[in-house]
Amino acid sequence: MSTVLGLLQAIPYEALLIQTLNGIVTGMILALIASGLTLIFGIMDVVNFAHGELFMFGAYMGVVVISATGSFWLALVLATLIVALIGAALQITTLRPLLGRDPLTTILATFGISLVMQNYALWQFGPVARKIPEPFSGQFTLFYLEYPWYRVLIAILSAAIIGCFYLFLKYGTYGIWIRATTQDRVMAEAMGIPVSWVHTAVFGIGAGMAAASGVLFGPLVGVNHAMGLDWVLKAFIVVVVGGMGNLGGSIVASIFISLLEAYASIWVSPAQAVIVSFVVLILTLLFRPTGLFATPK
Amino acid sequence: MTPDATPIEPLVAVEDVHTYYGKSHILHGVSLHVDRGEVVGLLGRNGVGKSTTLKTIMGLVHPHRGKVLFAGKPITNLPAHKLARLGIGYVPEDRRIFRLLTVMENLRTGLDRHGMTEARKQELLEKAFSYFPVLAERRNQAGGTLSGGEQQMLAIARAMMLEPKIILLDEPTEGLMPRMVSQIRQIIDVLHREGVAILLVEQNVPLTLEASQRVYIMEKGAVRHHCPASALKIGDPLIQQYLGV
Repeated sequence: MSTVLGLLQAIPYEALLIQTLNGIVTGMILALIASGLTLIFGIMDVVNFAHGELFMFGAYMGVVVISATGSFWLALVLATLIVALIGAALQITTLRPLLGRDPLTTILATFGISLVMQNYALWQFGPVARKIPEPFSGQFTLFYLEYPWYRVLIAILSAAIIGCFYLFLKYGTYGIWIRATTQDRVMAEAMGIPVSWVHTAVFGIGAGMAAASGVLFGPLVGVNHAMGLDWVLKAFIVVVVGGMGNLGGSIVASIFISLLEAYASIWVSPAQAVIVSFVVLILTLLFRPTGLFATPK
Repeated sequence: MTPDATPIEPLVAVEDVHTYYGKSHILHGVSLHVDRGEVVGLLGRNGVGKSTTLKTIMGLVHPHRGKVLFAGKPITNLPAHKLARLGIGYVPEDRRIFRLLTVMENLRTGLDRHGMTEARKQELLEKAFSYFPVLAERRNQAGGTLSGGEQQMLAIARAMMLEPKIILLDEPTEGLMPRMVSQIRQIIDVLHREGVAILLVEQNVPLTLEASQRVYIMEKGAVRHHCPASALKIGDPLIQQYLGV
């Protein structure tokens, strides 16, 4: 009895609560990145290795627009739009010609794009990390911490963007086109849906969402040319764990894995806590290879 | 058919089409035509290229040689989505309902297009629902949860949303209960009365002979015989020879 009590007392409740909040914040950012990734995979069977670089480009666009205009919100909107257009252009020039070929070719193509984009950023902005200033600096007291409101706002904004996107997919004409194309490309085409443009649009939307998360996340870490690598790796993990191509699954998996990592980092260093994601990934691949939330396609 | 219209040319004409899947030569010079408002049957055993002929017209496979004309204009290498907009509806053999989309969303894939007013959309929907009341009942149900017969109705209704001038119907009665078969038979007549042309691929010979004005019989990737439907009877030696029934 006393040992149970002792164990219960040993649980750091305050840290748990703080880490829950942290987990949700990173989970929402991750969900925003992973939604685009999973959608692109679901609709064209393309594993987009350049997704992290679109996230990084978004952050840099944010830096550029903020230094020109001083407005964080304008930066968020402009970076999203510009990177969406870049994404669409990349899809037309690089992926459209590869449609129907071996998936390996698209992996190589997107990997090539990622290298080019990383080195372009390095050449253009240099190796020193840039910072995006927080749009406001309020804080609230959470136990022993001063917790910035901005982090809470990130979670809310990410959720809002994902929510709007969900509504668009569910009710919008183009949303229906996207879902129809995901399910049956050939029949969608036979119903008059211009499938190749739907692919381009989806790639653009995915790129825009990655860019939005880049700008939102910018104030928390430095913006540098390699920032996409960590995130794309995690995004891939949640896309696999959530079931390739399953939007809802990816969102749940993002929050699930981010929470696990956040809790793990109470006891081990954050760098070691990353191991948790890989453990989840390996267990998923062993026992539910189609993902935890697989739906029939 | 309006008598003042000039079109002497058929609505759809297939001229000496050769189609390949990879290296296998499927269509060996198929030629056929469908006039405006006409129901044409395409008969033949399994694997003689009937479905491939429909796919070639729909632009889902592109022929190596030969031409496909729509209202006299060549459409051979146009993508399928442009053909759908021109007025070719396609009801494939396996129905290919969007399984995770609701009945309504399945219909909207054809309905939501440029130049459609809300009133016109409503009109088309009501018409489809009057032919297939069961679809109205299930409008919010996922397509994949419908029975085989209901899916077939949805596939036809979905093609009707495009206001097509011709519908390519691939084995619409395959695997259906007799009651459903007669319903499909009726809808072919209704479409015919509305002036929609139909190119009907069927294994059900009696139904095809009843519903069509003309029939083509295919064998080994080519048309072997062509005649008015009324010229063929079920026991005809030609049917014995090519279809084995």
